[in-house]
Amino acid sequence: MPEDILYSIRNLVVEYTTRAGAVKAVDDVSLDIRRGEILGLVGESGCGKSTLGKALMRLHTGPAKITEGELWFDGRDLMTLPIEEMPEIRGAEIGMVFQDPMTSLNPVQRIIEHLTETIQTHEPEVSDKDARKRSEELIERLGIRKERITEYPHQMSGGMRQRVMISLALSLRAKLVIADEPTTSLDVIVEAKFLDLLKELQKEFGLTILLITHNIGVVAELADRIAVMYAAKMMEVGNVDDVFAHPKHPYTQGLLRSVPNILLDGAELYKMAGAPPDLSHPPSGCRFHTRCPFVMDICREEVPPLEAIEGAQYAACWLYPSVMAKRQEKDHA
Amino acid sequence: MLESTSMGINAIMGDKSISSGELVQVEHLRKHFPLQSGLFATLLTRGQIQAVKAVDDVSFNIHKGEVFGLAGESGSGKSTVGRLVLRLLEPTSGKVIFDGTDLGSLSGEEMRRMRSRMQIVFQDPLASLNPRMTLGMAIDHPARIHLTDLTPDGRRKRVLDILCAVGMNPAKVFYDLYPHQISGGQRQRVVLARALVTNPSLIVADEPIAMADVSVRALLLDLMMKLKEEFNLTYLFITHDLATAKYVCNRIAIMYLGKLCEVGPLADVYQHTIHPYTRALLEAVPVPDPTRRRKEPMPPGEIPNAINPPPGCHFHPRCPIARPNCSVEEPLLRELRPNHFTACHYAEDLLG
Repeated sequence: MPEDILYSIRNLVVEYTTRAGAVKAVDDVSLDIRRGEILGLVGESGCGKSTLGKALMRLHTGPAKITEGELWFDGRDLMTLPIEEMPEIRGAEIGMVFQDPMTSLNPVQRIIEHLTETIQTHEPEVSDKDARKRSEELIERLGIRKERITEYPHQMSGGMRQRVMISLALSLRAKLVIADEPTTSLDVIVEAKFLDLLKELQKEFGLTILLITHNIGVVAELADRIAVMYAAKMMEVGNVDDVFAHPKHPYTQGLLRSVPNILLDGAELYKMAGAPPDLSHPPSGCRFHTRCPFVMDICREEVPPLEAIEGAQYAACWLYPSVMAKRQEKDHA
Repeated sequence: MLESTSMGINAIMGDKSISSGELVQVEHLRKHFPLQSGLFATLLTRGQIQAVKAVDDVSFNIHKGEVFGLAGESGSGKSTVGRLVLRLLEPTSGKVIFDGTDLGSLSGEEMRRMRSRMQIVFQDPLASLNPRMTLGMAIDHPARIHLTDLTPDGRRKRVLDILCAVGMNPAKVFYDLYPHQISGGQRQRVVLARALVTNPSLIVADEPIAMADVSVRALLLDLMMKLKEEFNLTYLFITHDLATAKYVCNRIAIMYLGKLCEVGPLADVYQHTIHPYTRALLEAVPVPDPTRRRKEPMPPGEIPNAINPPPGCHFHPRCPIARPNCSVEEPLLRELRPNHFTACHYAEDLLG
């Protein structure tokens, strides 16, 4: 694994067992997260982006199961670790921020207790006094007055609770933070300030952030790279500037044009036909072919692989010669 | 300034309103929700029950045939205004005049009949539809109450026509399906159909597309605009999403802590923004273009508690241009440019 890659997901498959049979919520997805970057993972509801985020920590329980793939984190394949060792990675090395901080924080525990407990669970040698000091410094750095550290979660606003969640990840100096819709329950001004904070933390702590969101605007504001999922498949990956300027996959093209832009005047929104498919009966071939304006015969039959299209921009679409070349290679072999 | 205040915004706008036709006139509307408290607390406070001032002296007009946006953050009171306009909630004080009739003066039966002309569409279509009613039954329900002169066959035809109008083809198939059998975007179409079946003049749309996926939102908005033409509708479009509002609204009102801080034609409010809060709100909207990232700093703090809002201008603790009297004297809506109103003592300095 190259040195600049912090997390490498290889051919990951996550299945849910349902009454209708196995449903693949993540289907053969590969993705690299680089050290120090903010990678925006976008897609519509049900595309598998949150399932992917949870899989990175092997957090699945119940009907969900990782059935194939490798999860290389900082030099180790997490899939080969016994599941009992995962709690040492979760929190300490990979932090997580969810959409609703109220359900992630313990309502009967003060903020300070959340922090000191997190620190001392993973670093038992730290004294109460040091843990407290570290917590206070962190909370202040995140823009919450340190007197408020003795409050309970319900006494804080939504934006503050989300800051507390980030502080839990930072308290153990996590290398990677997976933020799943972190600003979705926040109002725009609070959201804007939280995004500013994430950006500062990325610079200051060299934090790597996987930002999972349905909000294209948030990715454009914050991320360095973007990964686009659709119906359990990775459709396009690239630098934010490249993908927004020249999206390659027809789904990305449609998606970006259907997002309202407050700075544009007199523009019309692109009206994409249809709706995302039901994953218990996914379309054959390319998952997007049922809604694609450029659909060809091959799209209905074969799944296009994710291939480099231009520089560091990847797309899974038969329209591009490099994707087609891969198919011919396979035929020869 | 005081004179124009006592007349109220309706009086100022009144001259134009008669010619263009107002569908809704909201005058000094207030809704205070008393806080629940025990006997002991009531005795302690000598009966002075605290209240959440969800809507506090709000006045505006909605012209016939326009899309009037009402935007603000959560807790600003925008949804309460929507419910007050339909008299789903009784106002603490103030008036709602719908097409010339003061809704407060209507009896229960009269109000019930009036309801066929004013409908609401909520954010979550799954919660708005009864899971045990077929789509046809759901749409038929208001028709059965309000369209009493139609025969059952006539009603069925009307429901099928409305299903077609919202793009649910083939209508006969959808008539017998249940809400769980269709997609989220289709459910919102059914909710629109149910609202339309009684031939209303006004639709209060409370975050109608917020739950829909990005790729289906544009189609839903487009449908709403087509229906507006086809059925001669007027919309009160309640939203937190100022980017979407830009694509649909003719005029917009910005709310903060129960009060309007800016009202005007959309282009004026967006391009010649006056109120510092509106400026911050517009600046905060994420832009789907990485080459135009936001650089402006955001105002400090968060939206305060509506039980004890800051005195004077509610926005003064967060306002970058606040001066001493902002915390004392409450600013009132004033017309600073033609049809463009704002509530800020120093609005003149902000006219650019």
